[in-house]
Amino acid sequence: MASAAIASSSSSFINQRRNDVGLSSFSPNTSFYLSNAKKKMVSKNIVSVMAPQSQRTPSTTGSVKTGMTMTEKILARASEKPQLSPGENVWVNVDILMTHDVCGPGSIGIFKKEFGQNAKVWDREKLVIIPDHYIFTKDERANRNVDILRDFCNEQNIKYFYDINDLGNFKANPDYKGVCHVALAQEGHCRPGEVLLGTDSHTCTAGAFGQFATGIGNTDAGFVLGTGKLLLKVPPTLRFVMDGEMPDYLLAKDLILQIIGEISVSGATYKSMEFVGSTVESLSMEERMTLCNMVVEAGGKNGVIPADATTYKYLEDKTSLPYEALYSDEKARFLSEYRFDISKLEPLVAKPHSPDNRALARECKDVKIDRVYIGSCTGGKTEDFLAAAKVFLASGKKVKVPTFLVPATQKVWMDVYSLPVPGSGGKTCSQIFEEAGCDTPASPSCGACLGGPKDTYARMNEAQVCVSTTNRNFPGRMGHKEGQIYLASPYTAAASALTGYVTDPREFLQ
Amino acid sequence: MAAATFSSLHHKISVSNSINKAFHPQSSPNLIKLPSKTPRPSSFNSISPKPTLSPLSTRPRAAADDVAAPATAFHGVCYVVGDNIDTDQIIPAEYLTLVPSNPEEYKKLGSFALIGLPAAEYPTRFMTGGEFTSKYSILIAGDNFGCGSSREHAPVALGAAGVKAVVAESYARIFFRNSVSTGEVYPLESEKRLCEECKTGDVITIELGDSLLINHTSGKEYKLKPVGDVGPVIEAGGIFAYARKAGMIPSRAV
Repeated sequence: MASAAIASSSSSFINQRRNDVGLSSFSPNTSFYLSNAKKKMVSKNIVSVMAPQSQRTPSTTGSVKTGMTMTEKILARASEKPQLSPGENVWVNVDILMTHDVCGPGSIGIFKKEFGQNAKVWDREKLVIIPDHYIFTKDERANRNVDILRDFCNEQNIKYFYDINDLGNFKANPDYKGVCHVALAQEGHCRPGEVLLGTDSHTCTAGAFGQFATGIGNTDAGFVLGTGKLLLKVPPTLRFVMDGEMPDYLLAKDLILQIIGEISVSGATYKSMEFVGSTVESLSMEERMTLCNMVVEAGGKNGVIPADATTYKYLEDKTSLPYEALYSDEKARFLSEYRFDISKLEPLVAKPHSPDNRALARECKDVKIDRVYIGSCTGGKTEDFLAAAKVFLASGKKVKVPTFLVPATQKVWMDVYSLPVPGSGGKTCSQIFEEAGCDTPASPSCGACLGGPKDTYARMNEAQVCVSTTNRNFPGRMGHKEGQIYLASPYTAAASALTGYVTDPREFLQ
Repeated sequence: MAAATFSSLHHKISVSNSINKAFHPQSSPNLIKLPSKTPRPSSFNSISPKPTLSPLSTRPRAAADDVAAPATAFHGVCYVVGDNIDTDQIIPAEYLTLVPSNPEEYKKLGSFALIGLPAAEYPTRFMTGGEFTSKYSILIAGDNFGCGSSREHAPVALGAAGVKAVVAESYARIFFRNSVSTGEVYPLESEKRLCEECKTGDVITIELGDSLLINHTSGKEYKLKPVGDVGPVIEAGGIFAYARKAGMIPSRAV
């Protein structure tokens, strides 16, 4: 019987200091699976890695089940199989399919080609169509793509289409939401135990709700549109145990940058990343979303966080559909386990041009910057803006560089303009931002996270240095090919705006 | 290793195809193409595979009347890139307003393939301005090719530009999956680090049956990893054809 994968107390902890910690020994199995990351092992601070348990001999009675991880269980239930192991390919029933203005039209095109011009989607209530990428632009094709979505939704009588017609005033569009991954959560489409697929790499964000969520392409989406199913391969799971009280200068963004820096941009390729531990349990839903959001930046297939009271509380007023959470068995088998003592971590950045190019923020204090961008599914949620406001409030000074704020959704935008910031005597984020000299919060959308059409607000059209709360910093990501993007938490981004250099937020928070 | 997502009942690899075996490196790279690609208008490409279908119809390999000899090789000039080439470099986001299932826009996507590669590291460009297809039909890459976004525009742009096969050390998951699902580029994995063994401009032959890559310019041969799980899906013609064969979905509506 496979023994539990939870590491014993003899596991060592990750230590930030480069002169500590040697490599733990790898079992042949581990090295096979981790071989993807090896060449590009960015950091030598290796973590403790527990060797996977040896293969369990199948029981002859067939009635004893092997323990499964959360991801294995979710896929097993969704494929109506009692038992699944990593590597198996199964047809999975999809609970929610999401698409947006960039990939929707292509997916619809394939759906119609393959199933017929008059075909109907498998379930008009399980498709959620969210225009969010190229919205506030004069680019005709971008505008046309939203029209294509509308035509399809009308034709198919799609229940959830967050439409926008008046591009000049986002508030005039009652249905419009904004960034798809944040909207999915806010509108109650994320539920524990379910399978959510989306035509966007950051669909993994929804794993924060204890569900299987991953990104797919147009062709796969076209297939789901017609059948409600997809052939998926069960991924093995990497477990990340984070314990310790979260210091008040750290955010979930720092945690995931730490992890990606540790395992590299291909360290989790084809694998599931499971996040557990007391620190994770202390995180809010939005922070958990940030954590799962960047799973894809490590190559991960999906990320999961076990549902708990925090999850249920968040969902209370958002969904009335029943759901049943699933959890990893005690004797589930994990490929590897990493342990972190969060209290020892410091604010981080990912330097150009890779999300795994990890560095301490304080070690980059001589990097002069030209702008700061706070937005996106990764760092444009309500709590992200509250965090940035906290730093501006603590400083009381004005920013030294243009600071762009792009709330992810209409709800976030409203929160920015209405929620009081703790310790400010009743000021809202927007007031604090205004006093700090930031740009006026913009219309909610994906914005300049991925560059976009040339007239996109805050797009980087010159070779500049930007600190951003977004998720990727490959060459050209925000527009200009020679642009340099430092990925950071909202705390670090705000601190950097105040100094004009990459800055550790402890300069202001302590 | 980047494994495919489709179950393997057998490992026979064959790709049904129309082949025009003129192996002149200077000639059009579109000689040996996976038929699932939207055929180019014939005025545009003088040596093209038989355009059996209008651009709006679907994966030809699925059609019972699609008669073609299985291709067992790719031949052409290669373009070499390094590690972690992400989707923004393959097709920058500003071009994503182009819808791949629209034939005119499919063609345009091809013209922007790999335009995001920084000039300093890649002074020899994959496409020169104004072209819709590249003279390079084989892409050789390092680790984690196609990382980043799930945008299917990435393998589509490469396919539209005339890339027949990618030989990478390893792939990012979604890109690999999209390549197989669409059939736009044949995703192969190398045993060795070919991005350091081959140079842009080398003349290459890939023998699928033998899992072999031959570099005619250097005279060296390299073993490729067997296609494995994806074999049946590619052979069937992508996920739709595979599903029809498996009885998961009914025959295509005409």
